[in-house]
Amino acid sequence: MTTLTQPRSPRLTPTPAAAVNRRPFPLVRHSLSLAKRSLIKTWRTPEALIDVTLQPAIFLVIFVYIFGGAVAGDTHTYLQFLLPGILAQTIATGAIAIGVNLNTDLEKGIFDRFKSLPIPRSSPLIGAVLGDVVRYVIVTVMTLGIGYLMGFRILTDPVSALAGCLLAVVFALSLSWVSVFVGMKVRTSGAVQGIMFLIIMPLSFASNVFVPAASLPSWMQTFVAWNPLTHLVQAMRGLFLGTPMGESVYWTLAWCVGLVAVFLPLAMRAYRRKV
Amino acid sequence: MTQDLVIEAEGLVKHFGETKALQGVDLAVARGTVLGVLGPNGAGKTTAVRILSTLLVPDAGHARIGGCDVVKDAERVRQSIGLTGQYASVDEDLSGRQNLVLFGTLLDLGRAGARTRAAELLEWFDLTAAADRPAKTYSGGMRRRLDLAASLVGRPDVIFLDEPTTGLDPAKREDMWDVVRSLVTDGSTVLLTTQYLEEADALADEITVIDHGRVIAHDTPEGLKRVVGGQTLEVRPSDLARMHDTATILGQVTSGAAAEEIRKGVLAVPVRDDSALTATVSRLASAGIGVTELSLHLPSLDEVFFSLTGRTASEDDRADTTQKEVA
Repeated sequence: MTTLTQPRSPRLTPTPAAAVNRRPFPLVRHSLSLAKRSLIKTWRTPEALIDVTLQPAIFLVIFVYIFGGAVAGDTHTYLQFLLPGILAQTIATGAIAIGVNLNTDLEKGIFDRFKSLPIPRSSPLIGAVLGDVVRYVIVTVMTLGIGYLMGFRILTDPVSALAGCLLAVVFALSLSWVSVFVGMKVRTSGAVQGIMFLIIMPLSFASNVFVPAASLPSWMQTFVAWNPLTHLVQAMRGLFLGTPMGESVYWTLAWCVGLVAVFLPLAMRAYRRKV
Repeated sequence: MTQDLVIEAEGLVKHFGETKALQGVDLAVARGTVLGVLGPNGAGKTTAVRILSTLLVPDAGHARIGGCDVVKDAERVRQSIGLTGQYASVDEDLSGRQNLVLFGTLLDLGRAGARTRAAELLEWFDLTAAADRPAKTYSGGMRRRLDLAASLVGRPDVIFLDEPTTGLDPAKREDMWDVVRSLVTDGSTVLLTTQYLEEADALADEITVIDHGRVIAHDTPEGLKRVVGGQTLEVRPSDLARMHDTATILGQVTSGAAAEEIRKGVLAVPVRDDSALTATVSRLASAGIGVTELSLHLPSLDEVFFSLTGRTASEDDRADTTQKEVA
């Protein structure tokens, strides 16, 4: 620590606040800087990626080879049917992590530091959500990659397939605001995980993810028809396989808009109260 | 009071449910000076710092930093402050350099500017060798230095240090004090909270003592020491038979103050100036009295509180320990 006794100071000359050059679009720029922070953290803790790497692989293998014969007659037919569903389901569960992480992150001093900086208050949250796009891309690539090795084939064209993947990522991004909100409201990270799981489980099973929606009991049909995962999966099947999509793309996008419109402000409000 | 006040707070009140963290606190810090805010755990120090640094909105009262209101003009305030403490810290998964670059980017220094500033601060705080390791691998002293560096990225005019040396060993503490002194030399205004009178005395131009969310004293370190008692010289002669002789010598060097045996074999006497220590040493030596212990002490926080309030800080610390610096 000998350097500390030097007369030179780390502050050097003070910058008058007025002279600081304020650049445009602070929310976008700062959110992106903070998204980069999330990426560095992800890079440093690759074990946190298990839910988006191993999970889709295990689910595909288990469901295709165990239930494939019983549900669809043969495994290849079931794989073609199931893969868009598994992608939707794992990408939705992938959105749980952000609420869990923010719940623990918030207890650390770093968020106080962010709040004391002249940046928009919401940018740390938006940055964290954007940083998770990487996880959603990984889950998409993993699921399609494993599926391809198991024999899954896209029957449409690359543009449609890409649109299907994009739709899944956008849906996960929207759903992550629910997770963020729960993460802000609940006291422990374990509770965040539990609550989000309780939300996503019925969405995955009371839907067309594993079986055709028509085969589900009639009392469940209303739920199935409103379930956002049903629409997402129907849209993805259409975009991957050319099956009829109906209005599923619009319903999915409407759900995305709705989730963000409701849960982003709620999450922000909870965040402001919490930190 | 026509001083150029950089930090002004009047009647700050903040309650958290039942806990009355602040019950009307006034603070004032002139440009280029250090205010020490002294108080035990739960006194409201951290709450006050969090209000001044725009992290909390007060229930009543108002505060200005550099003339800008911390509530109405929070954005401008955030441009001129740096915050270091138990609470505002760094991202432990990021390296020291990545943290500083991130804060530089968020402060609009630009990519190149942020990198230059980070390198400069790492160098200055002697962290260059550890710059690219995750912050969670840093030692306690390194962490404090990184925390402080992080709050200086934007070259703030006003720096809040919330218990900057709590938990540091004495040598690291002195290093931190040197840093604070050089910041002030450079024109910064510093508000520092502490539990140690010694620290406030070493750094502050003025000291505000708070307890239970109220200011119970405000004075210069000299003025405060006049009230609470200055330094005490403690001596433990190696030969118990020479206790009486030692007491006589202590009486002489402090011009008549009575030495008391405060512990078995340890004599203590209040001293007014630093020369008493050297005088004592030479007188003891010429009298042939060996000592195993010889030290100068400022009153502890407990003693300060006892002098000011008639009760110790720890005695009522606290019926409800859960409220410990809640916010």
